[in-house]
Amino acid sequence: MSAYVLNLITVRLLIAALTLLIVSFAVFFATAMLPGDTATILLGQAATPEAVAGLRNAMHLDQPAFLRFLHWLSGLMSGDLGTSYVNNVAVADLIGGRFVNTMRLAGITALFSVPLALTLGITAAMFRGSLYDRLVTILTIGVISIPEFMVATLAVLIFSVYLKWLPALSFANDVTSVWQLLKVYAMPVISLTFVVAAQMIRMTRAAVIDTINTPYVETALLKGASRPRMVLRHALPNAIGPIVNAVALSLSYLVGGVIIVETIFNYPGIAKLMVDGVATRDLPLIQSCAMIFCVGYLSLITLADIIAILANPRLR
Amino acid sequence: MSSSIPLFQKFGYRFSWVGMIGLSIILFWGIMALIAPHIIPHPVGEIVDEDYFGAISSRFWLGSDYLGRDMLSRILMGARYTVGISLAAVSIACFSGIVLGMTAAVVGGWFDAALSRFLDAMNSIPGKLSGLVVVAAVGSSINVLIVTLAVIYTPGAYRFARALAVNIHAMDYITVARTRGEGILYIIGSEILPNITGPVLADLGLRFVFIVLLLSGLSFLGLGVQPPYADWGALVHENIGGLPFGAPAVIAPSLAIASLTISVNLLIDNLPQKIRDRSA
Amino acid sequence: MQNLVEIRDLKVEATTDSGRRVEIIKGVNLDIAPGEIVALIGESGSGKTTIALTLLGYARAGCRISGGNVRIAGKDMVTLSERDRAAIRGTEVAYVPQSAAAAFNPAKRIIDQVIEVTRIHRLMPAHEARQKAIGLFRALSLPNPETIGSRYPHQVSGGQLQRLSAAMALISDPKLVIFDEPTTALDVTTQIEVLRAFKSVMKKGGISGIYVSHDLAVVAQIADRIVVLRNGEVQEIGTTADILTRAQHPYTRALLAAFEPQPRGGEILVKDRKVLLEVKDLVAGYGAKHRDGLPLIRAVDEVSLSVEKGRNLGIIGESGCGKSTLARAIAGILPASSGTIIFENRELPSAVRQRSRDQLREMQIVFQYADTALNPEKSIEEILGRPLTFYHGMRGKQREARVGQLLDMVHLPNSLRHRRPQELSGGQKQRVNFARALAAEPKLIICDEITSALDTVVAAAIIDLLKELQRELLLSYIFISHDLSVVEAVCDEIVVMYGGRKVEEITPAHLQAPQHPYSKLLFSSVPKLDPGWLDALELDPELVRSYSKS
Repeated sequence: MSAYVLNLITVRLLIAALTLLIVSFAVFFATAMLPGDTATILLGQAATPEAVAGLRNAMHLDQPAFLRFLHWLSGLMSGDLGTSYVNNVAVADLIGGRFVNTMRLAGITALFSVPLALTLGITAAMFRGSLYDRLVTILTIGVISIPEFMVATLAVLIFSVYLKWLPALSFANDVTSVWQLLKVYAMPVISLTFVVAAQMIRMTRAAVIDTINTPYVETALLKGASRPRMVLRHALPNAIGPIVNAVALSLSYLVGGVIIVETIFNYPGIAKLMVDGVATRDLPLIQSCAMIFCVGYLSLITLADIIAILANPRLR
Repeated sequence: MSSSIPLFQKFGYRFSWVGMIGLSIILFWGIMALIAPHIIPHPVGEIVDEDYFGAISSRFWLGSDYLGRDMLSRILMGARYTVGISLAAVSIACFSGIVLGMTAAVVGGWFDAALSRFLDAMNSIPGKLSGLVVVAAVGSSINVLIVTLAVIYTPGAYRFARALAVNIHAMDYITVARTRGEGILYIIGSEILPNITGPVLADLGLRFVFIVLLLSGLSFLGLGVQPPYADWGALVHENIGGLPFGAPAVIAPSLAIASLTISVNLLIDNLPQKIRDRSA
Repeated sequence: MQNLVEIRDLKVEATTDSGRRVEIIKGVNLDIAPGEIVALIGESGSGKTTIALTLLGYARAGCRISGGNVRIAGKDMVTLSERDRAAIRGTEVAYVPQSAAAAFNPAKRIIDQVIEVTRIHRLMPAHEARQKAIGLFRALSLPNPETIGSRYPHQVSGGQLQRLSAAMALISDPKLVIFDEPTTALDVTTQIEVLRAFKSVMKKGGISGIYVSHDLAVVAQIADRIVVLRNGEVQEIGTTADILTRAQHPYTRALLAAFEPQPRGGEILVKDRKVLLEVKDLVAGYGAKHRDGLPLIRAVDEVSLSVEKGRNLGIIGESGCGKSTLARAIAGILPASSGTIIFENRELPSAVRQRSRDQLREMQIVFQYADTALNPEKSIEEILGRPLTFYHGMRGKQREARVGQLLDMVHLPNSLRHRRPQELSGGQKQRVNFARALAAEPKLIICDEITSALDTVVAAAIIDLLKELQRELLLSYIFISHDLSVVEAVCDEIVVMYGGRKVEEITPAHLQAPQHPYSKLLFSSVPKLDPGWLDALELDPELVRSYSKS
């Protein structure tokens, strides 16, 4: 690896760190700019002024906003996510096991959707203009045009209501057999896979078609190469960067999808926790969940950028 | 696509039937949003059916909801909120995005670098997440929704417009205008803007779809449009209990959203195209 | 003797925007004997590349072969199945593309791409193919033939890539090689080496060739016969000597005439010679600035020159010599880092922004590509009208009338004023581009390669227009080009540039005897309309090496 490439990667990591700082700033101030006084809201209108003042002091609400931001940020860095307003439990404890649940859901979805999407996207590009390609295109446009909850409700309608294959809106906490596990995860994973794969197929197809339309692929054709050889040997190695980007960007749709899917299927993950937190206006919980999602998203994008840099033949 | 409409051809444009169908459905919902209060068969808040989650009948074309209210009327009125809020938000987002984007492209330097870095960072917060955070902090009203949606989609519009403007700005005719001594306003308004309107309008359509989907998603979670008002997402939310019975009250508003968003996508993919070889 | 290639009544159709079908090749007949090299010559849109590609049974997207036969050794490429065509591509017929830089896959090593044909068609074991490729590299006089294949395409120069792409075509011992403008993107000094390498390999192997080009002089060096094409039809076919000396068809004669424009020959417009522009020790470039204010990369390095009223200065040099940067520095687009620009006895500020409106008006610049220099969203009237309003405050009827005059000056019909640039031909666009500079009523026009993107006949007409307008308006030009014959036709003085520096200044009286070795090399590298020129040309190999960029 040359010093130049190393330099590029360092710059990319620095940009990610800077972005994360701006994002945390935005998340904090969006929640800190509450109209009205947090302490009063928490204690209710009937609270005594002394109680309100005491709480303000305990929450550092009497300090300037910027200091509170630094305080919050240093807490985050050292793993102190704060205390829930609602039930006075450490946010870290609330998130704990649910984080693993969400990661598991996301992981299983990625495991299914990435190979599926790459295969469909690349083959659609290979046989561009064919009936197969048109079918894939229409289906993906359809799926990305409809809201995630509609994909999920349709899945429930088809698999639970009409076919009665899978349980509908309940999520069993005690999973005892593999079959049960499959049944439990099937519906959320199917819904999420649809949402994520559609985007990924479209972007992969576009990336491959872009490289198919280059003179060097025409040269391969004029050497007598077959269509699969043109696409797999000549177009794909040059499309790695854009495809990795497409995968990362599409996986980020998981964040939006997970929020809906966990709610619909009553899945005990952090997205569900966050939506419940919004209903009770539990700000420390919301801030922490938002930061977890943002870090996940940024890591994906940064990783994709680094892979694209490493895959660029001109930088070798 | 070879089939096109003669009327458009006369003006030197080619417009496929698919695009035409998309446009018609968009216009239909637009008109419905405007005239809904005058044509709904039943008042939206009134319980008119003795049964809840009623089936499709000649009296209730789209069945009734969880309280026995007429779904058709509620969907037609819902169009006002879904279309209206999204349109307002997308207009604000694209206007500010385009103005900032073109200015950054032409001014360049640290202004461009700082603005781009900041807005790119904003762009890396997933939309639904920003929505949740804002709703948690300041609650949900129609005005808050419009502003939030607009803020969420401004960075994307900025990025798109800036990329287009940077490409145009590298053209020799901009250099010619600069060496003539033209000012920034003339270059932005007269040389760049006419060259990016087409793609920018297509981007506006796409962003409209994103906003409709995000708004519907928030409302579906019960965090978007609040009762007594209801957009299409909220209609699905309040009637989700009918899902196990496959009630039309759950399906119909979902279909309404899909019809609108798919139509916009179809229109963007099949926009009228200028016929270049007219004179040949 | 049996012909290797027999093309009979070939027709190719293209589908336009509105779905209409247009015939772009209208019944072409052509034979090629074994070992013969035939040139297809014509302007852009003449269908020369399209015809060449049909020999591979291939038509680009939007086109299809609609009639006729293309027989290669008896097999008709038109009626064969796609699988059978693929079997012939690369083995019997091979292709050398116009831009090797684009035709090599950036993600793969050169050697793997060169021997890929043998792998696709299972012709020989890989190690054998590699040995053969190294032999070809040597025959094509590539440097380091043993190791050059292990590099990636972006690591070798353009002239080398072009020869490597010939090796890629020749690896399978094809019967026919198609060269698609293989030297057009190269500088003249590089072109000679590449041409020589092609010629010797083809003659040695007795391989048939199709050589597609717009340049008659290049074709004269390598082809046995020449086919002149226009609008998808054959105008004239003849041996190279016949076409060059006894052309029958008027179009061929026009091509030949355009090839050698009339030199300017010291026409005197202004009696008392006065200096209009004087540039002293100009330095301009790109990249971070050093502490002394000079740029990291000096594209223009201490260049001095002067232009007199009513006289023209030519600047000539190969790509990357800094000639365009010099033009931009003079015009203030890329402010010079040091040096002075004196215009009409007053020193000009270095940047456009600091110059007065009148200073800007008096010095106009015209760019090479009219396509990017004219705003596609504006009508011709708006394009020409803006400088009239901006500099002269003209509006309404007065402006309308002046636009009419300007169109008339560049010999364009008044009816074009409502059209948009994309509805005009290449030559018409360049005229509008020039008319916009005239609208300012300048004293000096900087022309940056304004004829380079045009076909020869069209370019010759633009040159004539430039001369005519100079006589009428007493203009001065700075004329930048890589094409010596064009510069000779327009200019009174010629500056030769190399590596950002001014190498020599020549006046036409001394033109035949440039003194500096680089000028000598450059001037002698320009191909002549004489089939024996390349074989007779003797260049000092030391000299070539010291000035080649590879």
